[in-house]
Amino acid sequence: MITEQAPILIVIVPLMAALVTPLLGWIRKDICYIWVILALFVSVMSSATVLNTVIHNGIIHYHLGNWLPPWGIEYVIDHLNAMMLVLVSGTAFLVAIYSRRSIEQELPEQTVYFYTLFLLQVTGFLGIVITGDVFNLYVFLEIASLAGYALIAIGEEGAPLASFRYIILGTVGACFYLLGVGYLYIVTGSLNMADLAGILPELYGSKVVLVAFAFFMVGLALKMALFPLHVWLPDAYTKAPSVASTLIAPLMTKVAIYVLLRLMFTIFRPYLSFELLPMTKILLIAGIVAIFAGAIMALAQVDFKRMLCYIIVAEVGYMVGGIGLANSVAIKGVVLHIMNDVVMTLGLFTVAGIISFKMKSHNLTDFKGLFKKMPLTMAAFVVVALSIIGVPPTCGFFSKWYLIQGSALAGNWIFIVALLFSSLINIVLFFRIIEIGYYNLDASVSHGHDHDEGSVVSEAPVSMLVPTLAVAVIILLIGFYNQSIITNIIQYAVPKL
Amino acid sequence: MLEFIIGKYNFWIYIILMMIGFYAMISKNNLIKKIIGMNIFQTAIILFYVSIAYKKGGATLPILTDADAHGEHIITIAQYINPLPHVLMLTAIVVMVATLGVALAIAIMLYRKYHTLEEDEIIKALK
Repeated sequence: MITEQAPILIVIVPLMAALVTPLLGWIRKDICYIWVILALFVSVMSSATVLNTVIHNGIIHYHLGNWLPPWGIEYVIDHLNAMMLVLVSGTAFLVAIYSRRSIEQELPEQTVYFYTLFLLQVTGFLGIVITGDVFNLYVFLEIASLAGYALIAIGEEGAPLASFRYIILGTVGACFYLLGVGYLYIVTGSLNMADLAGILPELYGSKVVLVAFAFFMVGLALKMALFPLHVWLPDAYTKAPSVASTLIAPLMTKVAIYVLLRLMFTIFRPYLSFELLPMTKILLIAGIVAIFAGAIMALAQVDFKRMLCYIIVAEVGYMVGGIGLANSVAIKGVVLHIMNDVVMTLGLFTVAGIISFKMKSHNLTDFKGLFKKMPLTMAAFVVVALSIIGVPPTCGFFSKWYLIQGSALAGNWIFIVALLFSSLINIVLFFRIIEIGYYNLDASVSHGHDHDEGSVVSEAPVSMLVPTLAVAVIILLIGFYNQSIITNIIQYAVPKL
Repeated sequence: MLEFIIGKYNFWIYIILMMIGFYAMISKNNLIKKIIGMNIFQTAIILFYVSIAYKKGGATLPILTDADAHGEHIITIAQYINPLPHVLMLTAIVVMVATLGVALAIAIMLYRKYHTLEEDEIIKALK
């Protein structure tokens, strides 16, 4: 009985919990933390139930208020979004556990409102992923973005300006998406994704449809920070409070890529995207440029969080380029990489959060002697770093492997070069940090007082350490079980090409 | 050509408004002007949606004029204006108001910190 209602519970529980949070905070501040974890736990459990149902019984259609589609809003959950739901709610759950001490330190006054926004942000992401209605998707996109703007604005020095710029660009992106919806509505009179997919193929010659497609692409490229539309991302994620960037950085770009997949393969058929329009070329070039630009700019950074932001830009290039390869092996790699990238980015930002919690800085020069100080955190960091570089058996290797296989199949060697180039850059990036943190002890000895501080083990608080280690374990687990993930989930998520 | 422009004047106005807003968002230095540009941009989209719902030739609202007695219903599609885009725009207006609110709140935050709303001056103060 309750499992039938699981799809709506995933979204409605965090939404309602967000509305109750300020009232609870009025009574007692510290209940909010438990409350958020509780709400997200329900969400995670519902997502897991839904994923289980989808694997065993196939696609779920949930009609809101029993209004039948195409008139009512419908939630459609297939293998792709079931996986995304578990990823999003699971990430949010881990970040919620992780958040307590960091928030106490960075935002002691605004705890209650932070958690309210936190839940709204998660609601937005979950809604984008679950919905089967294009306009509903716009509303959730804006819920997620608005909560994100507010979360980023309360960060450190310079955060409000970064957030303001993000608002301007994010609004343009969302408005373009809305225009795309409008143009599709002119020709089809429908907003339901499945209905649109049925009506549209006859209209592929229409210029209105092509304009809609173009608006969708540009709008989403802005939201996913595809180079050169990434300019809002590094500032915003660097200056946000560490917990906010830990939540937003892994999810926002990946959710936008999910929408791109949905759009290109569910609403529009691959026939339009790849045969009528030169999307293969456009996406490939955009992806390759993003990989090179992201990797090179990451090298130039001296700020740890900023460096991670440029790694995200490069990773977006992996996925967009992978879609551009337009064969099922590459798309398999893309879907697997969405999963891996959520987990890896989460790992990197949790570590960044712990370091800025302990050292009050995320500048690379302050990383001296970190391995001695926080052995467990840095062990987790090494696992995540190896995964980003793509060393087996961590999960990052397998998605890269599929992408390389896919591009060999498509005969595109430049993309392989780009992938390998970015892996090499990642080696340099992470070994530079490991060198500063591990071998650079002499430098701190010469400082005298630094030495005393540096040699004492002072691990992160347990509530921060456990999620970080959990992420490292998940990375290894995804690596070990990648075959069963692909045969049970991802191969159904890949469109027939 | 002239007919093409005059016959679809509402769409031309939407494009012009949108470009005015876009220009303000990109090129203005003052944050409030940027916000105003953003609002014009969003309002242009409302005009676009309302335009696509409109029908020429005396179409009216889809109200059942004679709900109890038989006949007199407006049932032919050509006779009523499509209400759905209007409803969508109600939602979009709410979203836009919320965006405007957040943007203004952040502008206030910036003004309190740096005592200016000019972007270049804020960037200078940050360095």
